[in-house]
Amino acid sequence: MNVKKLLPLVGLAGLGGLAVLAATLPSLAQDASSALSSASSAAADATAAAPAAAAAPSPINSGDTAWMLTSMALVLMMTIPGLGLFYGGMVRKKNVLATVMQSFAITCIVTVLWFAVGYSAAFTNNDPGAPGAIIGSFAHMFFAGIGPNSVNGLAGTIPENVFSAFQMTFAIITPALICGAFAERMKFSAMIIFMAAWLLLVYVPIAHWVWGGGFLGGLGVLDFAGGTVVHINAGVAGLVCALVLGKRKGFGTTNMAPHNLVLTFIGAGLLWVGWFGFNAGSAVAANGLAGAAMMNTQVATAAAALAWMFVEWMVVKKPSVLGILSGAVAGLVAVTPASGFVNVTGAFVIGIVAGAVCYWAAAHLKRMLGYDDSLDAFGVHGIGGIVGALLTGVFADASVNGHAGALFGNPGQVVTQLEGIAVTIVWTAVVSWIILMVTKALVGLRPSEQEEEEGLDITQHGESVAE
Amino acid sequence: MKLVIAIIKPSRLEEVRQALNALDVHGMTVTEVKGYGRQKGHSEIYRGTEYAVHFLPKLKIEIAVEDGQSDPIVAAIRDSAQTGRIGDGKIFVLDLVAVTRIRTGETGAAAL
Repeated sequence: MNVKKLLPLVGLAGLGGLAVLAATLPSLAQDASSALSSASSAAADATAAAPAAAAAPSPINSGDTAWMLTSMALVLMMTIPGLGLFYGGMVRKKNVLATVMQSFAITCIVTVLWFAVGYSAAFTNNDPGAPGAIIGSFAHMFFAGIGPNSVNGLAGTIPENVFSAFQMTFAIITPALICGAFAERMKFSAMIIFMAAWLLLVYVPIAHWVWGGGFLGGLGVLDFAGGTVVHINAGVAGLVCALVLGKRKGFGTTNMAPHNLVLTFIGAGLLWVGWFGFNAGSAVAANGLAGAAMMNTQVATAAAALAWMFVEWMVVKKPSVLGILSGAVAGLVAVTPASGFVNVTGAFVIGIVAGAVCYWAAAHLKRMLGYDDSLDAFGVHGIGGIVGALLTGVFADASVNGHAGALFGNPGQVVTQLEGIAVTIVWTAVVSWIILMVTKALVGLRPSEQEEEEGLDITQHGESVAE
Repeated sequence: MKLVIAIIKPSRLEEVRQALNALDVHGMTVTEVKGYGRQKGHSEIYRGTEYAVHFLPKLKIEIAVEDGQSDPIVAAIRDSAQTGRIGDGKIFVLDLVAVTRIRTGETGAAAL
């Protein structure tokens, strides 16, 4: 009880404390970090393979930089307002503000935490020659040494401040996706605590393992834009949330139909468009690989949307709006890890499979197992992510990006993909569960039954949408 | 005096208004309501979950008239609101005990 009353005060004090740290730490670390950034730009020069004899040319490519600035904005748009509207339309009217609030608040919290420590721990290493297998460096907290003239070896042709902002938007949307699983029944205070801890203890390590020089990337797991890091990660965390929180009051007996699918339509459209920043942006360059990812994304998404629509049309006799929108998101999710490794035919097949399988997961698996994943965060992102990660190992075409899958003579890639999937599932499931237990002990996870019945808009935020 | 209460399909309101206008009925109150009769409801399916929607949207029209006027008004509403399909609605006629016009304080038939 007391913790809950203290939360706003703790939050404000935390912001102030971070501001003090931000002002003092980087200046202490100034010398070290400038040395570091020159080391990493040296590494970038080597990878860029553009040697000039006399004056060392800047590795920064203005075309790449322009595309990555754009991609950052596109991916941010996926969460606010995209995901907020996508989810907001699917809840009952009494919970719509609470639902859009979750996306917006997570955007703000993750931004602060990414600046404070997240980027440094996920994407930098103390010594570029010997990457940390488990976690990155803490030398770049508060973006120390990161600016217009520094370069991260992982993205050799753009300024590091652009790269860190681009990665920030991925860190924002991943926890926001989880909200679909516990929609309509989590206290706002509990959500804040859970999401802050989840970002630092689940997202940051897994992003480092796969993309930041950690051990999963080292194993050869292929994840172009975040099938494991973003979607399996968020989907499985969502399933754990749904199981730990339990069902919504009245689940199975009261009408929980979406209150406004036009909002969901707008949200799904923003997600689709924004996803070009997500997938094509993950080429971290304005080049043909980005073009491949863009085309793969478009084709897989359309295929999945149609697959979901036709399967549903067959099974329940009506082609629903929610169905085609859900199918599109399932396709976007599944093509995410594959988008920079497969050819367009592969993307097309991945889309069809994802649309059909995710329909089955949302409509049947959920009922068979009896959990209340309110907006199918697990059914679409967890299952779609697993489908995409596995099929990346099947359809990867070496002519696209130098990595072959099972269909191109490298069946071992499927096993490697399975390892990546398994490690992600275990880590996110266990750590999410622990964070939920701690959060529950601190502030409790659910509002009272009466508050839940009145709706989270009025009980959590003191507001409501007009008739 | 009588109070005529008609529950109709929302899509028929304009037809009903025109028919009543032709009978020189120049005042009515319309309320959005929900309910069901023989039509029952319908079902909606979202991602495989089926919800029965028992209460369907209808409009309730209330008209206060002098005694002799209620029969032609009922007939006009019946003819203009009818589609012939289940769910067309119902018309109720009640005795009206008293009426007061708030602006002038008139009562009875003068207030209609």
